[in-house]
Amino acid sequence: MMFFDVLRIELFKVFRRPRTFIAFGAIAMIILLIQFALKVNGNEFILFFTDSQTDTFEIPFAGILNGYFVCVAVLHIILVHVPLLVALIAGDMIAGEANSGTLRMLATKPVTRTELVLAKFAASAVYVILLLLWMALFALVGSLLLFGANDLVVFKETDLHIISHTDVVWRFVAAFFFAALALIMIAALSILLSVFAENSLGPIVATVCIVIIFTILQQLKVPVFEQTINPWSFTTHMLGWKGFFYVDKTADGITIPGSIENPIALVKSGLILIGYTAAFVGTAIGAYRKKDILS
Amino acid sequence: MKKNIFFLLFLLVQVGSLLASDPEAVVLLQSVKKKYDLVSDYSARARLVTNVLFIKAPVSQVTVYYRKPDQLLVKNEKGISFIPKGTVHINMNNVLGLTNFEAVLSGTETVDGVSCKVVKVFPLSEEESITRATLYIDPVQLVVRRSVVSTKENGTYSIRMKYGTYTWCGLPSVVEMEFNTRDYKLPKGTTLDYDNGTRKATGLPQKGKVLIQYQEYSLNKGLPASLFR
Repeated sequence: MMFFDVLRIELFKVFRRPRTFIAFGAIAMIILLIQFALKVNGNEFILFFTDSQTDTFEIPFAGILNGYFVCVAVLHIILVHVPLLVALIAGDMIAGEANSGTLRMLATKPVTRTELVLAKFAASAVYVILLLLWMALFALVGSLLLFGANDLVVFKETDLHIISHTDVVWRFVAAFFFAALALIMIAALSILLSVFAENSLGPIVATVCIVIIFTILQQLKVPVFEQTINPWSFTTHMLGWKGFFYVDKTADGITIPGSIENPIALVKSGLILIGYTAAFVGTAIGAYRKKDILS
Repeated sequence: MKKNIFFLLFLLVQVGSLLASDPEAVVLLQSVKKKYDLVSDYSARARLVTNVLFIKAPVSQVTVYYRKPDQLLVKNEKGISFIPKGTVHINMNNVLGLTNFEAVLSGTETVDGVSCKVVKVFPLSEEESITRATLYIDPVQLVVRRSVVSTKENGTYSIRMKYGTYTWCGLPSVVEMEFNTRDYKLPKGTTLDYDNGTRKATGLPQKGKVLIQYQEYSLNKGLPASLFR
């Protein structure tokens, strides 16, 4: 049996389950709700970020509230929660088989355990990519249809970046690509936890808890965590997709078209995420190969 | 007693003459205004460069609309620009159009290599948004080359103007405006920023600059009032 045959079977199993489509439905619903809220009350949302500057500047509310801005807002809100949807599928990959009693039968098939784990990981990665494409369709294409296109304004804690509409699309492509990297890493973590569990609930909940704990550690901004844990925490680097929307500027404050504020940091974040993914998948393979399958 | 009253009257006359407008300053302002009055409205294509510590913005192509006496609008038709509210002060009619004011000539200073007369203008009406203005007037070309306008609500604006083809009607080719800004800071955790190691420069003055380079004026074609609403 070839690796791709196993992958095909795994993909069939993933997309046969109704729970797979819960994620697609939930994402479409959440995005539509956010778009509706911004269509109705978008100016209030923008005012939250610009309130301190209303005395000094004319705030171009109508211009800011465009499809690109709405898409970034949607991704900002939704990508924090997507790890749960990824864990829902990836956490079930091995533990689900153990729970339903098919894992032992699977181990008797003419396929190595390494190939099996890799095929399950690849199937999870395909699921993540399809989920992101779905998200892109609703968040980017949908928002552009509803709100139109204009320059993109990105609000940060201490500054704001205005990116020309001609310099935006490639950033979204890169950001979705980076988000895929981050979510595939979450899938790898879920599969690793799934190897040690006998039912899928454990790895799903554990994955979500790990993500929440590290996100809280990151957001607490405690100096001791900032210097020790946060630089290596995967939740820090999972936010790397936002880095594509931080532009560099000249000494006169003019944005440099096609620039990224700190591309080296993004490369580092990407490599760290790949490193985590490799470590999780490698450990999962090692653990599964030694696993005494009793279920 | 009689002596004291005379002394008081003398003092009042002296103070009054100090507060009264300097005739030379008034004549100079009127001459400049006469030149500015040649334009009743204009629209101009311009390049806008924003330099504010906390804003990263591309160079924008804007249209500046002006309608007599004090309506001014800067519009970015194809993109987004954060236009300072004080941009309205690049229109000198805001100061020259005052009717109830005191003007004092306060020496000579060189602006961009041109010797200018410094005129300080103090509006007397409580309703004016301007509290005082200092104009650096080129007495040969009869144009304002620099102005410092203090407002009641939005601080002080320092504006420098360079002239080219439209000097004959007092319209600049380049305007550089400096203004006060407030610090921009959102509560921690609201934007979940990606930490890419870039730190914000601290201790820098909270001043913003806007540069408007005019490319093409269209004069006295008649602009509707509705445009400025």
